[in-house]
Amino acid sequence: MKILVPMKRVVDPDNANKVKISADGAKVTSEGLEWKPNPFDEYAVEAALRLLEDTGTNKMRGEVIVASIGQQEVTQQIRQCLAMGADRGILVSGDDDELDATVVARTLAKLVEKEAPDLVLTGKQAVDGDSNQVAQILAEMLGWPQATFAGSLESQADLSAISAVREVDGGAATVEVKPPAVISVDLRIVAPDGVVNNVSPKDKAYQDGPRYASLRGIMKAKKKPIDTYSLDDLGVDKTRRVNTLSFSLPPTRSAGVIVETVEELVQKLKDEAKVL
Amino acid sequence: MGNVLVIAHIQDGEVKKSTNCAVTFASTVASFVGGTYSVMALGDSLGGVAESLGKLGAEKVLLAEAEGLDQQLPERWAPVIEQVVKQGGFQVVVSPATSTGKDVLPRLAHRLDAGMASDVVAVENLDGKLTYTRPMYAGNVNGQVQLPADIEVVTIRQTEFDPCATADGASPVEKVEVPAPLEVLNQIVFKGFEKSVSERPDLAEAGVVVSGGRGLKSQENFKMLEQLADLLGGAVGATRAAVDAGFIHNDFQVGQTGKIVAPDLYFAVGLSGALQHVAGMKSAKTIVAVNKDEEAPIFQVADYGMVADLFKVVPSLIEEIRKVAK
Repeated sequence: MKILVPMKRVVDPDNANKVKISADGAKVTSEGLEWKPNPFDEYAVEAALRLLEDTGTNKMRGEVIVASIGQQEVTQQIRQCLAMGADRGILVSGDDDELDATVVARTLAKLVEKEAPDLVLTGKQAVDGDSNQVAQILAEMLGWPQATFAGSLESQADLSAISAVREVDGGAATVEVKPPAVISVDLRIVAPDGVVNNVSPKDKAYQDGPRYASLRGIMKAKKKPIDTYSLDDLGVDKTRRVNTLSFSLPPTRSAGVIVETVEELVQKLKDEAKVL
Repeated sequence: MGNVLVIAHIQDGEVKKSTNCAVTFASTVASFVGGTYSVMALGDSLGGVAESLGKLGAEKVLLAEAEGLDQQLPERWAPVIEQVVKQGGFQVVVSPATSTGKDVLPRLAHRLDAGMASDVVAVENLDGKLTYTRPMYAGNVNGQVQLPADIEVVTIRQTEFDPCATADGASPVEKVEVPAPLEVLNQIVFKGFEKSVSERPDLAEAGVVVSGGRGLKSQENFKMLEQLADLLGGAVGATRAAVDAGFIHNDFQVGQTGKIVAPDLYFAVGLSGALQHVAGMKSAKTIVAVNKDEEAPIFQVADYGMVADLFKVVPSLIEEIRKVAK
């Protein structure tokens, strides 16, 4: 099985409150902040590896390709994913300004045409744009089924069907997709039992969270191939369907008062805030 | 001149409040574009909700009824909505940003050659063009976006639009033709829905939310928060850290990637105030924080803070509120 994992480079989400807006409101700037693979996409890499690896024999039953759109520097985040164990990378050069969810999905659809993966597995949303659209649009473009916001996955041993438990309002919905399909993952996918492939021995539990790259993994990643294309090479239609006019900082809440006793707190909630 | 189509949020045979919030958005947009709004529902059998839907002041209520629509599969829903949009000449389609809204609308948008704005918190009419404000970077940046195509698709953040009141009279109800399932449905099977059981109000709709973090230290200790929540008729919430630690089920996670809440009163107990948590609750009217670490970032957004041991504060808070309530 071949799995394509689209991955976006984002500003360190733990410092998202430190991003700034350029004076003309046209750009979000992130000077001095670190870039990281979008966490949900990193979880998708982990899920792809867990689906394909047989931990009993230590063999992979297919290939994981990590694809990203961005500047040359994104190579660094692609290599991070390769160091985790993905097999190769694809970098499509492009600038964030010329992309929206539709242009990204069109680009991925071209890569799907080229690579013919059985599965596209990605994060449910990028934590910078927070749009949560690409996986769904791509699935529609390809005419594939989708399982979004998957908190756990269980595949048939031969990978002919994958069952996804989706975290939805009011509970959990389970769907089974037959590849080719698009799956987007939520946080819980990297829980120790987040992915069951019915091949790896059941007693082998994973750690919580995406795996760390080993030193050997990092060395190997340096030699793994990363193909590069431009949007034009791939013949991507660059017509946008969302135009961003400007960015602004939302009003911030200011800190209130520190109260010393519970009596004082309750009195203020009753008389001042009038919420009791 | 254009009309707006609202996709209703129906759960357990009830029209959820988020539908009323989407109607408020739709009525604003309709006034901008000089049109009307209609409300559409999809399901196996919608007889039970037709009356409630008829009281939302809509031009029409459109019901798509067919076996399997209750499963809410986007591969099934998107073509049904698409047909209604095209036949009815709708210009804007809106759904609350529920998990179904988020799942279905991007697929629909692509079928309509439309652009989509996710999780919109405000809309204005800028030189005759609908302009949406939407949060990005876990709520740390607002983007102002326009959708250039003829049809516009939007999900709204329900906490940012007051629910519309029930209207007098009743909108005419029409049943719509449901197209046959597409071939892609052969590749997906709905296996079931496991409802999470809670006696308390929905997090997204509760007037009071009591949330706990890692500071609660155990599942057992969350009972304290449940007592406080029950006393105030509220819901219990949690941080991602508390969920990851196994103290509480992930349905209760409040934050950028969990539930977005905006109650009148929010208690943040034993939680530090991580960015992604604050993104989910900073629209609460009044925030109370209890944490023994005075440096905790939660105090920067709290209206009332107590630097103290939560295990002492919460029980006496329950006592004190009981006294006041008497």
